[in-house]
Amino acid sequence: MARMKFLCDAERCIECNACVTACKQEHEIPWGVNRRRVVTLNDGVPGERSISVACMHCSDAPCEAVCPVDCIYHTDEGVVLHDKDLCIGCGYCFYACPFGAPQFPQAGAFGVRGKMDKCTFCAGGPEPDGSQAEYQKYGRNRLAEGKLPVCAEMCSTKALMGGDGEVVADIYRQRVTSRGKGTEVWGWATAYGLPGAQRGQPGAPAQQPAPAGATKS
Amino acid sequence: MSARNVVIAAVLAMTAVALAGCGERPQVVRYKQGHYQGKPDTLPYQGAPFNGSKQQWDDAIRTRQQNQNEYKRMG
Repeated sequence: MARMKFLCDAERCIECNACVTACKQEHEIPWGVNRRRVVTLNDGVPGERSISVACMHCSDAPCEAVCPVDCIYHTDEGVVLHDKDLCIGCGYCFYACPFGAPQFPQAGAFGVRGKMDKCTFCAGGPEPDGSQAEYQKYGRNRLAEGKLPVCAEMCSTKALMGGDGEVVADIYRQRVTSRGKGTEVWGWATAYGLPGAQRGQPGAPAQQPAPAGATKS
Repeated sequence: MSARNVVIAAVLAMTAVALAGCGERPQVVRYKQGHYQGKPDTLPYQGAPFNGSKQQWDDAIRTRQQNQNEYKRMG
């Protein structure tokens, strides 16, 4: 049984927010709801890291455990989905989630907080696959079309990967063994350098000069 | 009731209260997994275009997954 997971390669993410935009466009997400977002640590400082975060489709999902109406479930592929017809918009899942994945539209049938909305791994929800009802409630079901989540598939630097956890981990492992690891590896040359190539050696991209006015902290 | 019986009853009651603190009851909330109450979902390969063929769906997903590996994709 596949365990669908996301993995974001912090060495490659360039904070372009294209995954966020693609997700919103693909599922016609309303204003104020961000199923996916990019988080940057140490912004502007050399060595900064960005990762794209959404629902991580936990194997032991805390949102599923705390839901008072038990509207959250795992599919056979390990994707965490929920039934919006059952959701009461209480927000417990938001408090339980360590990633802040559950989102709530600001206008809904329950006052200021509508029913929960979150990343579906582009797998729709408990409506007939590809139906209009599924699209309106959960967005497009790409998994039923034999496709992976749009955020991962369109990532230009292939920082964000999605798919079976073991396959994605193997791809990432191959990258790490090819480029090395540790605090000294950072930047474009590291992420895209040829296997075995070192900075300053033939075949490796030249180091770029620091921009004018840049200071080292 | 004689004074002796009162004393015995009081001692027994105090003993029971004192021993109650020695009980080893679990001090944590017992976790109970909920059961999904919503509508059942279908498998992703049940409808078109795979029409129930899990093999075809697996192949399509496997191909898409490897498209993310440029070490393999670009040689």
